Amino acid sequence: MQYSSQAVAKPYFIAAIGLFVGQILFGLILGLQYVLGDFLFPEIPFNVARMVHTNLLIVWLLFGFMGAAYYLVPEESERELESPGLAIAMFWIFLVAGALTILGYLLVPYAGLAQLTGNDLLPTMGREFLEQPTITKLGIVVVALSFLYNIGMTVLKGRKTVVSLVLLIGLTGLAVFFLFSFYNPDNLVLDKFFWWWVVHLWVEGVWELILGSILAFVLIKTTGVDREVIEKWLYIIIAMTLITGIIGTGHHYYWIGTPEYWQWWGSVFSAMEPIPFFMMTVFAFNMVNKRRREHPNKAAVLWALGTATMAFLGAGVWGFLHTLAPVNYYTHGSQITAAHGHMAFYGAYVMIVLTMISYAMPMLRGRTAANSNKSQVLEMWSFWLMTIAIVFITLFLTAAGILQVFLQRMGENPLPFMVVQEKVALFYWLREIAGLVFLIGLLTYVASFFVGNDEPEAKTAG
Amino acid sequence: MSQAFTKAMARNIFYGGTVFFLLLFLALSFDTVSALPKRDNRANLTEAVAQGKKLWENNNCIGCHTLLGEGAYFAPELGNAFKRLGGKDGVMAFIKSRPAGGIPGRRSMPQFNFTDAQLNALAEFLKYSSEINSANWPPNVQG
Ligand code: HEM
Ligand code: HEM
Ligand SMILES: [Fe+2]
Repeated sequence: MQYSSQAVAKPYFIAAIGLFVGQILFGLILGLQYVLGDFLFPEIPFNVARMVHTNLLIVWLLFGFMGAAYYLVPEESERELESPGLAIAMFWIFLVAGALTILGYLLVPYAGLAQLTGNDLLPTMGREFLEQPTITKLGIVVVALSFLYNIGMTVLKGRKTVVSLVLLIGLTGLAVFFLFSFYNPDNLVLDKFFWWWVVHLWVEGVWELILGSILAFVLIKTTGVDREVIEKWLYIIIAMTLITGIIGTGHHYYWIGTPEYWQWWGSVFSAMEPIPFFMMTVFAFNMVNKRRREHPNKAAVLWALGTATMAFLGAGVWGFLHTLAPVNYYTHGSQITAAHGHMAFYGAYVMIVLTMISYAMPMLRGRTAANSNKSQVLEMWSFWLMTIAIVFITLFLTAAGILQVFLQRMGENPLPFMVVQEKVALFYWLREIAGLVFLIGLLTYVASFFVGNDEPEAKTAG
Repeated sequence: MSQAFTKAMARNIFYGGTVFFLLLFLALSFDTVSALPKRDNRANLTEAVAQGKKLWENNNCIGCHTLLGEGAYFAPELGNAFKRLGGKDGVMAFIKSRPAGGIPGRRSMPQFNFTDAQLNALAEFLKYSSEINSANWPPNVQG
């Protein structure tokens, strides 16, 4: 660790991992409710468990992004963080606000929470992924602004690199597009139209900039390849991201009351969205092949290659699968969507945060470059367990989705939704089993932080 | 990547491309918002519909159902529930009759204890939603 203020990243990473465990436990509850409909009913209805699952995901990814930025920016800027104290204060505010929100979901009926937090004053609740009480959303804005100030000042006063600039653009975009979560008109079509300015323009827009810049940083550090080369790649990848992804928003505007020309704009542009993901895969493998040094942190390199590959599969391939309007007509809002959502989020955003944690945590815990061999071996086991589990989760949901579309939406005698759900239950059981493997992988991951700590660092030639 | 393709060129493509397609997106969005009155059924967006949407949100119905294909995939699509359940009475009767303890062994919808006025508002909201021009989606009445 070159700058002492990078240490503020550590609590962010620890919180991220903790919330990740919570997310997966609730995922398993959801998966069980899919097959045992009355499981925990009415104490924890499905919609409550789902909010906890998805909101924990978003919150821990945000913790991860912030931690990554606090670690990466001082090193890129070659100066201490503008205000480490502010970063720590915001950590606690965000953690407490997040915990209170989750407790609110679990302890108070949602309508009660809406009333308690004065949702009628500025109604923003009750929309997918944006279920947080308005006051929590305002808290997120405050945290985001303080964070941007802290990071922004550090970048501006220090050495400006492409990596830190792209990260800053991505993070600013994240904050700006979140503001659309406060727009919730009575008109359902307008509501939906701008809802996607948060959700789509995040994951298929500005978040990809964050992804690209963290990946570039870790590759510069672990491969020793010339920064000029890596930065050129970064620019061209994120150029393709925004050139395809912004108009690509149109793939959500086929059937929600918006004009039908979106079927063309959305199909054509979103069909090109896999390109930047593919470039990212080529980029990562190329850089590792051309490496000028053997970095002792093999686990971090594995995560970096893994995220580049799995993001392409989950977002690129599984996204393409249902993005053309004539296909989406049948698959819209089915288990195919859920299959894609899981692999894309895991491959792109879970894995990039774990890449950064893997790279930075050894230094944050006092190592010079890497964990012991023993710890790394366990971490790499967790990589494979979680990654293979998500592949199977995706395959089982895809199978369920294909059957669902076939039975419910095609043919002479379409069956009712609930009937179809019972017919495909086998695949939901298999998904749940794969989910258990995922949990084992995650617990292995956590365990990797506790083993081999008194053993020497892994050496390059090892 | 080849040497002839410089970092400055990549940077210019990024900034130029982003600005161009962002502006194009804004123009398309502007056109969409102007075209919506013909498609989004706003003529029928009454006070009751607005209240129904609020109830829809305050009870997090989207956490189990899809509405025009967006939401959760645990329970049936509701953009066309008005048609599937046979109109307002069908919708209200369904919501009202959910057993508080659920149906043993099955996925169950909670009993929300809505008043008659609230049930009416929700039914109005689902009626309004079903009349949005969704380009013929869903493919059939099963949603
Ligand atoms: C890392 C990037 C991505 C992430 C995290 C992601 C995640 C998601 C999620 C969670 C949904 C469901 C949203 C909802 O609940 O309504 C979704 C929907 C969708 N995604 Fe992605 N996605 C990514 C990239 C892509 C790409 C590159 C494509 C196209 C090539 C794509 C195509 C789609 C389509 C067409 C839908 C709508 C599905 C439907 O109609 O139900 N996604 N995505
Ligand atoms: C043990 C593993 C997991 C299980 C059993 C599980 C289960 C589920 C279930 C049942 C849903 C609700 C689907 C519906 O609405 O009907 C869901 C939603 C979701 N989960 Fe998971 N999950 C798991 C892991 C994960 C992981 C690792 C991620 C992130 C990478 C994730 C991200 C999401 C997202 C983004 C949604 C919303 C999807 C959408 O709207 O299309 N889940 N999950
Ligand atoms: Fe999208």
